[in-house]
Amino acid sequence: MSQAATGIDIKKSAIDSVLAGLIALVVFGPIVGLVLDGFAFNAEPKRLFAIVAVVMVGRFLASWFFQSTKGRDFLYKHTSKDEGVHVLAPGHKSKLKWIIPLTILIAFAVPFIASKYVLTVVILGLIYVLLGLGLNIVVGLAGLLDLGFVGFYAIGAYGLALGYEHLGLGFWSMLPIAAIVAAIFGAILGFPVLRMHGDYLAIVTLGFGEIIRLVLTNWTDLTHGPNGMNAPLPTFFGLEFKRRASEGHVPFHEFFGLSYSSAYKYIFIYLVLLLVVLGVLYVKKRLTQMPIGRAWEALREDEIACRSLGLNHVLVKLSAFMIGASTGGLAGVFFATYQGFVNPSSFTFFESALILAIVVLGGMGSTLGVVIAAFVLTVAPELLREFADYRVLAFGILMVLMMIWKPRGLVRMTRIGVSAREGNVK
Amino acid sequence: MSQESILKVDNLVMHFGGIKALNDVNFEIKRGTVSALIGPNGAGKTTVFNCLTGFYKATGGNIMLNANGKATSVIQVLGESFQFSDYFNPVAFIKRLKYKMFGGSHLVNRAGLARTFQNIRLFKEMSVVENLLVAQHMRVNRSMFAGILKTKGFKKSEDEALERAFYWLGVVDLKESANRLAGELSYGQQRRLEIARAMCTNPEIVCLDEPAAGLNPSETEALTKMIRILRDEHNTTVLLIEHDMGMVMNISDYIVVLDHGEVIAKGGPDDIKSNPKVIAAYLGAEEGEEVTL
Repeated sequence: MSQAATGIDIKKSAIDSVLAGLIALVVFGPIVGLVLDGFAFNAEPKRLFAIVAVVMVGRFLASWFFQSTKGRDFLYKHTSKDEGVHVLAPGHKSKLKWIIPLTILIAFAVPFIASKYVLTVVILGLIYVLLGLGLNIVVGLAGLLDLGFVGFYAIGAYGLALGYEHLGLGFWSMLPIAAIVAAIFGAILGFPVLRMHGDYLAIVTLGFGEIIRLVLTNWTDLTHGPNGMNAPLPTFFGLEFKRRASEGHVPFHEFFGLSYSSAYKYIFIYLVLLLVVLGVLYVKKRLTQMPIGRAWEALREDEIACRSLGLNHVLVKLSAFMIGASTGGLAGVFFATYQGFVNPSSFTFFESALILAIVVLGGMGSTLGVVIAAFVLTVAPELLREFADYRVLAFGILMVLMMIWKPRGLVRMTRIGVSAREGNVK
Repeated sequence: MSQESILKVDNLVMHFGGIKALNDVNFEIKRGTVSALIGPNGAGKTTVFNCLTGFYKATGGNIMLNANGKATSVIQVLGESFQFSDYFNPVAFIKRLKYKMFGGSHLVNRAGLARTFQNIRLFKEMSVVENLLVAQHMRVNRSMFAGILKTKGFKKSEDEALERAFYWLGVVDLKESANRLAGELSYGQQRRLEIARAMCTNPEIVCLDEPAAGLNPSETEALTKMIRILRDEHNTTVLLIEHDMGMVMNISDYIVVLDHGEVIAKGGPDDIKSNPKVIAAYLGAEEGEEVTL
């Protein structure tokens, strides 16, 4: 029989299926099977058994699949512990060659297809992509564990709000300024922590993030404390996206003779953000193939060896901190303009942990992994709005499972191979 | 200091708390030679190396490196503590402050001294070629804009760096492994790669810390040949610590023997072989038999 040949054990599959069904019964029993009706509750066994049946059939099929040759190969490929970095063959063409332009095309089409709600979720996802990319430089490439990354995010966001209120600067002037200010703060944080490694560095950066938040909360003269501040919307060549423009300006919809819709501003923010994200992705890709990117990775691998090769570890670390921080600052500006309002409660330690989770989940140093993980961790909670109370629990379970099966992240890091050539010294 | 000697160590003292690891070490290395630093375990050889390469800040003494057309004081570039006179002399003050803030062992390397480590320190998760490219950091185009925009100058500088990397891979016989991870290489290959990496920084003097440790006789033979290539074809001065006496005597032009943090003998291999103090240090003297020279 073919089952014997492939070694499929129906009995094992059946046992797996029954066990999964029992667990499903326990888990979904109280949640789905009992529906509150005022102070009483009604039993709804039909829904419960439907779910349990789906789980059992699914588990049976999965068990069947994993016992087949194909399934075993799949399991082996995805659970083998030997999944560290590997070097690509020279001239390797990624399978993503076609997927990337397609994704970019779809990304540009999204605002014209999707509803306003979906668009806002995707904007949030892209903001986290930016944050993830920024932290990926610091943690993934340079190996400096930073738990206070949200501080730079806050600096970017408050930069826009403060610049608008106190200096009268708009979105477009604050976008580069906020990035530079965040980079300066990155250097300020970086300098005293240069001698620290690992745990100590994590604690200091954690403190930095909290300091920024506490200053924003308590310096009420400047930041209005917990009341928050208004942040301006971006303008399209001077055209505003409000229903009624301020003195001497024309609103976007009037200029083009359209009826007012609040979706326009989100479409515009989305497109600008998409361009910035693509730019940062490109820069990140280039950085890893440039001397500075190689120096960051070398520093992560062995700081003493780096110094013995003439690399100034101070500048290498500082540059990682500064470039990471400026990316965080950019994300902050977009966050502020998208919300239209900032207050300190958006910049708690939980945000830092979330960004770090994005980097760890995606795979340290892997750009693609970070993009995927950022969307998973920001879009999934939106899809599961009903289970909002369990969000952090699910998040924790996800992290534990990841650490068991994929400690190196979703996408493993690859190194670019070079073709052999004649050696030559001048 | 004469142009002839590349490295001059005067009265080097290194104390760790109460332990006197080095006591008044003096020696001089001539340009274009292969010199060896030998001695029993715990004699302070690696401590001397770490002082020379700037990983330890010597407690006292002076180390002058005469390479790349200028004399560099290794102690100075590590950042000395301020002297009273500095407060009246702004130029000296600023210089000291500069070295204090941005000084360090990387400046020793930039002055023309490269080293390898006793316990191999490669960038294990980077490819072999990348290890060599990192070493050329100071020689390539480091401009952010040139790199991001992939300008012609940047591409040319990267190509040159790759060519140089492949040249050194050829010298250490690792060309086939160019696209492997450094951590995957065998022990002997890792040792050779570390030497190639040190040479990629374009040093005038290279310090090898036990390059033959853990190598089999044929690998040691190959290493000896390689060291000769460094000296003869690249005009590089080599200073090495080694326990393999066969190799040391075979290759060295000059040997410095350390014991208990002091130089007990200096000279050519033949002098050292017959030196009773050295024999006593290695084999131990008979009870009551005082070895004097």
